[in-house]
Amino acid sequence: MTTPTAPGGVWRDVVGQEDAVATLTAAVADPARMTHAWLLTGPPGSGRSMAARSFAAALECPRGGCGECHECHTVLDGSHADVTVMATEGLSIQVKDARALAELAQSRPAVGPWRVIIIEDADRLTERAADALLKALEEPVPRTVWLLCAPSLEDVIVTIRSRSRHVRLRTPSVEAVAALLVRRDGIEERLASYAARAAQSHVGLARRLATDDAARQRRRSTVLLAGRIHTLGDAMSAAAELASLAGEESSASGAERDAAEKAKLMEQLGADPTARTQPPHVRSQLSALEKEQKTRATRFGRDVIDRSLVDLLSFYRDALVVRAGNAVPLINADLAAEVEQLARARTSEQLLTSMDTIGTARERIEANVPPLLALEAMAIGLRAPAGR
Amino acid sequence: MTDVPSLVLIAGPEQVLAERAAASAIDALRAADPQAELIRLDAASYEAGELQLHASPSLFGGSKIVLVRDLDEAREELIADVVDVAAAGLVDATLIVQHKGGARGKKALDAMKKAGARVIDAPAIKSDRDKSAFVTNEFRVGRRKIEPDAVRALLEAVGKDLRELASACRQLIDDTEGVITAEVVERYHGGKVDATGFRVADAAVGGNAPEALRLLRHALASGLDPVPIVAVLASQLRQIARVATAGRGSSAALAKELGMAPWQVDRARRDAKGWDGDRLGRAIQAVAAADFDVKGGGRDPVYAVERVVLTIAAERQG
Ligand SMILES: [Zn+2]
Repeated sequence: MTTPTAPGGVWRDVVGQEDAVATLTAAVADPARMTHAWLLTGPPGSGRSMAARSFAAALECPRGGCGECHECHTVLDGSHADVTVMATEGLSIQVKDARALAELAQSRPAVGPWRVIIIEDADRLTERAADALLKALEEPVPRTVWLLCAPSLEDVIVTIRSRSRHVRLRTPSVEAVAALLVRRDGIEERLASYAARAAQSHVGLARRLATDDAARQRRRSTVLLAGRIHTLGDAMSAAAELASLAGEESSASGAERDAAEKAKLMEQLGADPTARTQPPHVRSQLSALEKEQKTRATRFGRDVIDRSLVDLLSFYRDALVVRAGNAVPLINADLAAEVEQLARARTSEQLLTSMDTIGTARERIEANVPPLLALEAMAIGLRAPAGR
Repeated sequence: MTDVPSLVLIAGPEQVLAERAAASAIDALRAADPQAELIRLDAASYEAGELQLHASPSLFGGSKIVLVRDLDEAREELIADVVDVAAAGLVDATLIVQHKGGARGKKALDAMKKAGARVIDAPAIKSDRDKSAFVTNEFRVGRRKIEPDAVRALLEAVGKDLRELASACRQLIDDTEGVITAEVVERYHGGKVDATGFRVADAAVGGNAPEALRLLRHALASGLDPVPIVAVLASQLRQIARVATAGRGSSAALAKELGMAPWQVDRARRDAKGWDGDRLGRAIQAVAAADFDVKGGGRDPVYAVERVVLTIAAERQG
């Protein structure tokens, strides 16, 4: 078996992860370095699931991940018979799903050398689901390999953690993300570099900023709020605007997916969707699903707000960078004039206080304070200092 | 005969209203023909041609009612068949279509409208203003009088969910007599209405610290959770801040602009006297901090809520 020269071949789109790729390609090439369960962690947008799929392709590929052959292509597009991807779209992984996977793990691969089971959100395993997986992880089956992905080690139940080998992905560099956008998505160079910087290297967000005009516009208006809050009225409106933005995004993406999940569940249960009332076991499963979907929508809304706050924070951070003599590049280089203006209008201490204020709002929202209230308190705290 | 036309389109996201509209159309049709056969077509599992089959006259005579829900989630086949049937017309059958919104299925909506469908709106009921109007209308239709304070109490008790709100209105109309007051609402939804929470907020926002503290002690002693009290404080101060900074204009216009009920605007205007921007700002910040504390951020939720009540009263005093 030949080792592809990393990060080429199937690893092309796993950017800025030289160490992790080196570990994984070594395992592909040398059976002694292979193990039956891997845990890939990395911050959102670092490309965890991309790395897991690439690893799976490299394992199935007769040339160790050439990126060109039928095996590589089918793994990457999700149609390979021996590679199963469990993607939850943010719902919890239930015990019945975990049991099905554990059973699947017992069967030999049908066409390739490995049976690969990828769990994209291992942090979404319920405790009982994790228990159901434990036995499978404890008693390895020769040709089966598990690839679990999660934001961080702490997000994964400890018993699972201790039975898998950990590979840490890091936040890729702005340059690496920009280069990926240019190569993979055909984005023009300047736009790619703006998007990578503004998204602070979050690959998915960067792609969105590069391809979606409205997303760029939204980010811009969020960031520019910084200099525009003068009165209590401004603060209240700014908070309401930020909060409603999140609502829009989450309902836009949610409704269709919710309906599709419901239809799928009905089908699994063999329920008649036209019936006016469903039998009790169907009703209880449906209401459990609805509850999960509601939780997900709430969480999603909070995530959207949190991202806006990270954007806002970057603007104050940039103003501090300017005051400190521009030693490092600006995140909001496209808004340099506005950043300078803020830097002139505030002292470094005031900028730091503003950043703390935004940080406090993030903490509160994380702790279940209603986002609108947390944002109001924040916006009030961000008002321009009197007399300036 | 009935006055329900052969095409009925119920458009809008509010399921309570949509279901009601469908039920009342079906009732009217059944009043005219008790034997009318009701056929529900499932938008997701629809097979091409089903609609035409059901919309054509039955061999045994008798009329049919075809109900299609969630056309906005329907498969293309169903959308195409609705267009087809709307254009061709129906004999001895009524087609009722529910569409929650969005661009999907728009072709079918246009075809129905063009063919003279009766269009019934089911607009989203989200803001307090909408809910307040909804409640008022429920009682008007039920030929009953409800006081503004009672509307407020009802919204606070069961206003989160429109279905629950609708059934609470129904229950009050069925089970009580005379004018519905806040006390009546409290009696029926007593476990839920934290009228004391409101009194605490009113006293604090009015700058009456001793009264606010006394009511708060009482509320906590009777088992009221600090979390909803803080929520009431937040919503009262928010309304004052929004109304106070919105400038002049009639209550009705302002209510519309801010998504509040007119009585909420009037109230907030009264409460706003004695406040200014800086002090209101500090009060709102204190509430946000308290909310964090009562949600587990602080060690003592009771202390946190006492403290914020005192802070608000002190800010009002100036
Ligand atoms: Zn290959």
